[in-house]
Amino acid sequence: MNALTVENLHKRYGDNEVLKGVSLSAKSGDVISMIGSSGSGKSTFLRCINFLESPSSGRVSLNGNEVRTSTDGSGEIRISDPAQLRQMRTRLAMVFQHFNLWAHMTVLENVMEAPRHVLKLTRAEATERAERYLEQVGMTRFVDAYPSHLSGGQQQRVAIARALAMEPEALLFDEPTSALDPELVGDVLKVMRDLADEGRTMIVVTHEMGFAREVSNHVVFLHQGVIEEEGHPREVMKTPRSERLQRFLSGAMK
Amino acid sequence: MTYEQLGQLFASYASGLWATVQLTVFSLVLGLLIAIPLAVLRVSPNRIVSSPVAVYTWFMRGTPLLAQLMIVYYGFGQFQWMQDAWQRGTPLLSLLRDPYDCALIALTANTCAYTTEILAGALRATPYGEIEAARAYGMSQLTTWRRILLPSALRRFIPAYSNEVILMLHGTSLVSAITIVDLTGVARDFYANYYAPFEAFISVGTVYFGLTTIITLLVRLTERRYLVYLRPQNFATLAKS
Repeated sequence: MNALTVENLHKRYGDNEVLKGVSLSAKSGDVISMIGSSGSGKSTFLRCINFLESPSSGRVSLNGNEVRTSTDGSGEIRISDPAQLRQMRTRLAMVFQHFNLWAHMTVLENVMEAPRHVLKLTRAEATERAERYLEQVGMTRFVDAYPSHLSGGQQQRVAIARALAMEPEALLFDEPTSALDPELVGDVLKVMRDLADEGRTMIVVTHEMGFAREVSNHVVFLHQGVIEEEGHPREVMKTPRSERLQRFLSGAMK
Repeated sequence: MTYEQLGQLFASYASGLWATVQLTVFSLVLGLLIAIPLAVLRVSPNRIVSSPVAVYTWFMRGTPLLAQLMIVYYGFGQFQWMQDAWQRGTPLLSLLRDPYDCALIALTANTCAYTTEILAGALRATPYGEIEAARAYGMSQLTTWRRILLPSALRRFIPAYSNEVILMLHGTSLVSAITIVDLTGVARDFYANYYAPFEAFISVGTVYFGLTTIITLLVRLTERRYLVYLRPQNFATLAKS
């Protein structure tokens, strides 16, 4: 069974249609990289999966549970059950380009927060989880630090620990290394590579072609809101069929 | 002016000090408690919810505190129905007969308006990414307010609010205009009795100065505790060691 299925997703802002029917399905353990130039809709697509952006139409389901929606008068879909959506979101943890850690909380509190106040774990359970995942991303030393006192790469590793502490069924990464200084990218990518090796289901919007080629088992190239080409990175990235992907890759490789 | 008289003056400051501190603390606490829900309404995107609060703060911040005190204390007694209510001893309306209660009402209404706007500003300054992260992690609106928006905004609110606290302390000196003998009232009585304006107002000034210094120190302690994350890291580690 598919862990995550997205069917025929459309997103319109007024007359501007940025996603023109994008579908994706991930089996458990899949690592899918979404690549494309800026404006291709890849971040919007990722944000539609957990409804941070409300898609105009389309269906999203996670391990067989579909996010329940209804269609309003203007033809746009609306969430019919906010509690169900919130529950889905706890199973689909997200890592953001700008980390989005909660600035007034320490590293440990950031990671404990959602397990404790959304999943309703006890303090002891949440602490244990937070410590375990902070150790996994190599941030144990900084549990009492505040996000503003950490480098971008460290903040992003904390953000990954925060995602892992939800013990989600799939992880969504929205350009996780794009806001980092070049020398900090490696640490974050290493953590992500380890997650992939653990067999976690990951959807990664990225500009890191090396990661897409070496770590993911499926690459999706998005262009102007449609999937231009997709497949195993060995084929798609070595011998791209579409001219646009060829041009994109030669540009990105420089 | 003898030393004996001066000693007398400082002794009577003790009772004035009590009135001043009481009015300052009660009006600030009440004002803050009411301001928190009002600020939440103030930042609502729904105009029907936010505009009554906006009108209230506009009015309260647009008129002088002295005029507000006068309206509450002298204004209502002008109406016959209010006089009748006082005769009957109607509980809530009788508050408006007592100068102390009137002062507390006017001061609270005034500080609440300023506090609402300060807190609303702090709420609007919440980085959007933090709210988005709360949504992405499945928090309900209530949880997001309780765990993210309010704790983060109340911290940013401390430095600006400390000004309001000091202004309110000084603002209470106006209650001497409605027969209350606070610190300023004591000084004014002393001045009237002995015609010693310099001694009276310099000495009361030092008492306010002392109180303000205490407030400043308390604010600094609060900031040290709650705003560590906004300080440069070397300061943060210094504070810990």
